[in-house]
Amino acid sequence: MYYYVVVGIALALYVTLTLSLNIITGYGGQPTLGHAAFLGVGAYTAAMLMTRAGVSWWLTFPAAFLTAALLGLVVGGAGLRVREDFLAITTMGVGFVVVAVFQYTPWFGGVMGIGGLVPPPGVDKVALLLIATGLAAFTALVSWWLERSWAGIALRALRDDEEAAEAMGADTRRFKLLAFVIGTGLAGLAGPIYAVHLGFVSGPDFGFHFSITLLTMAVFGGLGTIRGAVAGAVILGLAPEVFRFISDYRNLVYGGLLILMMLIRPTGLLGVTSLRLPGLPGRKGGISRAAP
Amino acid sequence: MTTTPLLEVEGLTVHYGKAIAVENVSLAVHEGEWVSLIGANGAGKTTTLRAILGLVRPTAGRIRYRGQEITRLPAHARVELGIGYVPEGRRVFGDLTVEENLLMGAYRIRDRARIRRNLDRVYHLFPRLAERRQQLSRTLSGGEQQMLAIGRALMSEPELLLIDEVSMGLMPIAVSHAFGVIEDLHRQGMTILLVEQNARKALARASRGYVLETGRIVLSGPASRLQQDPQVQQAYLGV
Repeated sequence: MYYYVVVGIALALYVTLTLSLNIITGYGGQPTLGHAAFLGVGAYTAAMLMTRAGVSWWLTFPAAFLTAALLGLVVGGAGLRVREDFLAITTMGVGFVVVAVFQYTPWFGGVMGIGGLVPPPGVDKVALLLIATGLAAFTALVSWWLERSWAGIALRALRDDEEAAEAMGADTRRFKLLAFVIGTGLAGLAGPIYAVHLGFVSGPDFGFHFSITLLTMAVFGGLGTIRGAVAGAVILGLAPEVFRFISDYRNLVYGGLLILMMLIRPTGLLGVTSLRLPGLPGRKGGISRAAP
Repeated sequence: MTTTPLLEVEGLTVHYGKAIAVENVSLAVHEGEWVSLIGANGAGKTTTLRAILGLVRPTAGRIRYRGQEITRLPAHARVELGIGYVPEGRRVFGDLTVEENLLMGAYRIRDRARIRRNLDRVYHLFPRLAERRQQLSRTLSGGEQQMLAIGRALMSEPELLLIDEVSMGLMPIAVSHAFGVIEDLHRQGMTILLVEQNARKALARASRGYVLETGRIVLSGPASRLQQDPQVQQAYLGV
């Protein structure tokens, strides 16, 4: 039982993180290779506040959101100045810097990280699972709202054709920033749960490897849809549990899956056009390229 | 003419890196006019339009709209002033439905009733788009996409419509239809600046025209006079 609860918490966190990454990369088309760092910022915010200032765990959530979103604003702002491929490198660099800062600054506990993080009395693993699931649902709700809002249409439009979106009067810079702030803030919200679930935080845990895992989940499931992000997170999150014997080759399997997906189905398992049958009119219309 | 032109371009120069794309171009479009900019591929027509909308930064020159300097304004602010844009190659948002594309066009309008009214007007103008409002726009035919691109530009209630190569890649019947729509819009009072390789179509209904050659304006005048000009006839009309 306990095992399932623990796996459940991990899955809920994966879903939250993949959905939040999907807001930036799926809706806004902005590549990000350092998403785990924002989880790290949220987790360290919670850890620092709890151990150094004795702040209640509950109150660390808004703080984790704010710190992560603030860093997201800075990275997104810097990203406005560079093209997409450079943005990927920039976000990757930010990921490395965040990890290094946590790891080499004694104030952040250095290499040892920060340990002894326990949830408040009354919050056992089952309660933590409920909270994590609640956060995943909340993230899905935000995504759902975003998809239908003006901002969502503008984001998808700028993903399609940034210049044309600009020519329609949309301030594309504002929407890219919005996607970054919401996406990174939500990733930060997962931080406090992550921190007490594992009981400690340590810089390298939020490194490149984790970021790539999240990106793989989003791409595998299909960028740009809620169902895709959830499917990617659940399937790839469960895979190492179900296929224990492959756990040593996890990265190999992930990488292989990613390449396979790119070759066979670049839009992912449940991506933007996945539920539309070719040849049918309406929203479920065909996916063929328009003839000139 | 003594009135202030709706759009005034003065000494516009645009570089792409070190290459010069547009050199010292000056032109004016008065309210209610249809001005066509013709020239061969690579003459700088599209670049001129893009600079007017603010999609490329000019290295020199001024652009004024209703007498107000807009040279440094970002594109989205120019749209708000009343400039609509039908880009070359249509560039509809393929992952958005027809209606979402149109809504994007009304981006600067926050009043739902007005957006509704504009949607109705576009659907009335292009019944085909109404039939396909929930369809992903990448599944439309080229002609339909061109209608969508024009409709999208109309959603922002522009006073000046910049139209880039409306005939490109379209079947002749779709080209005729597109020009018919532009004629109707012009007759209803829309000011039009049209860029086109098809000089015959572009000059047929225009008030005035400019001829661009390798980034410079080499000829300008009333469309009827340009049509009669031996140089234009030989180079662009194939007479």
